[in-house]
Amino acid sequence: MMLSAEEKKEAVEKTREILARYDTTSRGSLIPALQQIQGVLGYLPAEAMQEAADHFSIPAVDIYGVVTFYNQFRLTPPGKHQVKVCMGTACHMKGGNIIMESWERVLKIKVGETTPDREFSLERVACVGCCTMAPVALVNETVHGKMTPTKVDGLYFAHQLANQQKKEGMPE
Amino acid sequence: MNAIKTAAMVLEEIRAEALNKWSSLRQRTLIAVGAATCGRAVGALEVARVFREETERLQVDATVIEAGCIGHCYAEPLAFIYKPGFPGICYGYLNEGLASRLVRDFLVDGDPCVEFALAADGVNDFIPTFQDFPRGLVEKKIVMEHCGLIDPENIEHYLAVGGYSGLAAALALDPAEVIKEVKSSGLRGRGGAGFPTGSKWELCGGAAEKNRYVICNGDEGDPGAFMDRTILESNPHLVVEGLTIAAYAVGAGKGYFYIRAEYPLAVERIRKALKQAEKYGILGKSVLGTGFSLDVEVFQGSGAFVCGEETALIASMEGKPGLPRHRPPFPSEAGLFGKPTVINNVKTLSYVPYIIRNGAEWFKGTGTPGSPGTAIFALAGKLVNTGLAEVPMGTTLRQIIYDVGSGIAGNSSFKAVQIGGPSGGCLPGETPDTPIDFDSLTRAGAMMGSGGIVVLDENDCMVEMARFFLDFTQKESCGKCTFCRLGTKHMLGILERITKGEGRPEDMDLLLELAEDIRAGSLCSLGKTAPNPVLSTLKYFRAEYEAHIREKRCPALMCKDLIAYYILPHKCERSCDACVGSCPVEAIYSNEDRIKVINQEKCVKCNSCLVACPPQYRAVIKVSPPDQAAGKEKENDEQKS
Repeated sequence: MMLSAEEKKEAVEKTREILARYDTTSRGSLIPALQQIQGVLGYLPAEAMQEAADHFSIPAVDIYGVVTFYNQFRLTPPGKHQVKVCMGTACHMKGGNIIMESWERVLKIKVGETTPDREFSLERVACVGCCTMAPVALVNETVHGKMTPTKVDGLYFAHQLANQQKKEGMPE
Repeated sequence: MNAIKTAAMVLEEIRAEALNKWSSLRQRTLIAVGAATCGRAVGALEVARVFREETERLQVDATVIEAGCIGHCYAEPLAFIYKPGFPGICYGYLNEGLASRLVRDFLVDGDPCVEFALAADGVNDFIPTFQDFPRGLVEKKIVMEHCGLIDPENIEHYLAVGGYSGLAAALALDPAEVIKEVKSSGLRGRGGAGFPTGSKWELCGGAAEKNRYVICNGDEGDPGAFMDRTILESNPHLVVEGLTIAAYAVGAGKGYFYIRAEYPLAVERIRKALKQAEKYGILGKSVLGTGFSLDVEVFQGSGAFVCGEETALIASMEGKPGLPRHRPPFPSEAGLFGKPTVINNVKTLSYVPYIIRNGAEWFKGTGTPGSPGTAIFALAGKLVNTGLAEVPMGTTLRQIIYDVGSGIAGNSSFKAVQIGGPSGGCLPGETPDTPIDFDSLTRAGAMMGSGGIVVLDENDCMVEMARFFLDFTQKESCGKCTFCRLGTKHMLGILERITKGEGRPEDMDLLLELAEDIRAGSLCSLGKTAPNPVLSTLKYFRAEYEAHIREKRCPALMCKDLIAYYILPHKCERSCDACVGSCPVEAIYSNEDRIKVINQEKCVKCNSCLVACPPQYRAVIKVSPPDQAAGKEKENDEQKS
């Protein structure tokens, strides 16, 4: 993904601001620092990883190694709304893959992708610990239990509706 | 001697005020809404909001708190209402409307609406208590005693129910005595391996290096397990107390909570608990006025299953990829930053305050001689009552499934239990009298693991189950050992082929061979136990593998490539269009007799029509192998002509 010069500058500035809070010698702070950067930027662009490498005096390739090792870190920007479908044992047995396919169909993207308008991104998550409410899907931080294909349609429709109302309300 | 008195006295001082507030809270109406993540998933926060708004609107003198989970997750969202003059009543299956009705009818008009009550808290004359449930006979709550009944975000509630008295008692002892007590209690690590906790502490406490660490392992990665989450969310102070005692026993000055990032609520609640404990002088420079000091931090895991393994966990805390390493040296000798480190599971630490408070002999009074104490199980899958259950070690699977879980949901029959997550195994329906403790489960071919139990019925395909777990371990393998990295990939490939109906007769032997090699050639228990799901299903359900390979048929009608959906013409109600409307790809059409037919080429097998077909017709069925559907349609055509 290409960033414009302005976006790059912003990402670097924000990264530096976060890194300044951490001691340059403590490698143990690397993961918390990366988590914070991702918390602000939504993902970890190459520029941010380079900044972190300079800050902690670690080769950039090691940072890349850490970032790609853990599932939490992402290298591409997420959608405005992140849909995560739980693929734990209980969810799988109660049809988690059907819920995933329903989202794929509704959003017209595959798992791991972001819609072209960057409204939604779709991911799988190993287990959110809500096995009693299986199958489960998360939209941003909200957990939705006992999902069905029609509930997927409903959630998407509710979102579209809210968006439309926002647009109509905008002129004033 | 002076310092000893102070610890208990300091606590007494803090507690006196907490008790005051607690009793004044109980003199008014108290509504405790179960708002752990499981409750929130089905709208507990909305229910709590309605309780707040309605009590305010109707001017009811009541406090609404967002508590944790009592383990009866099947009935979420639920709430306890304590009204003076009534026993505490728990209402289940709540929604916004019911909540506002309860405020109106019960809190204003005084009718407790027993028709909606689930159970009462405390013996009374008109509503049965949770102990009167069949599961009441089996359950024995130690760690989960207060879960769901107190406000997890308020240290005063925990203090009022006797919190931190284990810590005060421990501070009155010598660290070595604390270790001795834990050791003689026989407490074994609840993370899965069952290593004696006391021995771990002893090893660390005896190390030459004085700079030591304690870590609470809350990286509950097993899909299907959620007890650590529940404890962290429902009673965070209990875990904080356990960690503090552990730190005192081994002489550590720094503690960490390692919690996975998928549990944001647990992270938030532990952070709040730590802040409060510091404010009350329970953590920090001088713990309860003694010379012992402890600083505790939260470290968020970043989503790698292997980091539940202690050496990998340490690597990730040092800012490296979470790769396990050889043991020895054990972390108790050389752990975080090379210093002696004790790493204990959330549940293990939660038992510690109770052991110190009540003594080792009391703890040994529960459970089996080899595995004393209780076990917490997360029940999920095809059970009537899913949720958490704390039962003594040695309870049989039958008691857990039928007494605690109330049996199998729907009309289907019990087939197997999957226990211990991806490292565990599937035990078939013929062995429900297996007592559950560390040793007997290992003998049966499964593993205690962290304690997730997923119950499977006849509609669950065991081959698909094995494929699912292999898919998980293959993705989560850190890649250090060749056999784990490549072997699991190869096994997954074979299983995928079988579930697609492309299996070969020699595949089963190949799977067994690969499983042996992966087990022998892997460093950590992720690889060592990765083949377990395959081995146990091959052992107990070989016939299913054979049906997939030889007949291209999935007996449980689950493997997508081996099934087709079909509408029984004699059952289809002509005037009903439910399935047509539910189909997302317009694959269902009406034929000339207005009977619905599925266009097999368009069908994406999403199961919507089967759900949509009204229960009085049940016309949609699944068939396997898939060409049966085409065959049946042809038959129908021929009959007509």
